Amino acid sequence: MLRRASMLLARQPILAARARPFSTDLPAAPSADATFTEAWTKVIPNMDPPKTPLSFMQPRPPTPSSIPSKLTVNFVLPYASELATKEVDMVIVPATTGQMGVLPGHVATIAELKPGVLSVHEGSEVTKYFVSSGFVFIHANSFADIIAVEAVPLDRLDVNLVQKGLAEFTSKLSSATTDLEKAEAQIGIDVHSALNSALTG
Amino acid sequence: MASNAAVPFWRAAGMTYITYSNICANLVRNCLKEPYKTDALSREKVHFSISKWTDGKPEKPTLRTDSPEE
Repeated sequence: MLRRASMLLARQPILAARARPFSTDLPAAPSADATFTEAWTKVIPNMDPPKTPLSFMQPRPPTPSSIPSKLTVNFVLPYASELATKEVDMVIVPATTGQMGVLPGHVATIAELKPGVLSVHEGSEVTKYFVSSGFVFIHANSFADIIAVEAVPLDRLDVNLVQKGLAEFTSKLSSATTDLEKAEAQIGIDVHSALNSALTG
Repeated sequence: MASNAAVPFWRAAGMTYITYSNICANLVRNCLKEPYKTDALSREKVHFSISKWTDGKPEKPTLRTDSPEE
């Protein structure tokens, strides 16, 4: 049974590689539909055809053949856009699998973030943010999209509140009864210890 | 394949990713220094009215002002 499974798995990638290229390698979709614009101008010659969302979006640049020298980063939060197509040398993201350094030419990756420090390195300056959680999408053309629910510069955090929170959640964990309470207390401990090490480290 | 892979502890306790992510965000916001903390907490306040429907008719709506911890 295992031998047949491994044969099937070996067969799939060959077919998949021919049938499905990555989205960054496909040509960009045309932003205006020719038949629609013709039909529109026939009926309503005075007005411009309406713009579709696709015409406002810039198509993602295709994967260059040689590794670019800079990484383009889009760092967004639900309420603000921290960095929009900023060219940097490197970002270090706190992925669940550990601190991940992203350089131009990084392999296309999707990583889930854990509470930790995100640092953006541009030349000799480093900007650090504490990220609560989120995802990072690294595309093959050296574009990185970092989306976080909450990200604050480290100097906006209060050390005393962090340590109080850590003590509070440690005691909550020992007094927790249900699985859900234990999970919430454990989350509190994880986040506060990450905050603590970000502020002291 | 990895369908029985180790799940994160919060998933094992019955929590969804969104709940986990919102809890983390709230904890971080609660550790901010003063002017930023009130800004963040006021930004996350929601105020809405809910009405349950029975037999195709809405009942009296209730107003809810949830603080971000809820």
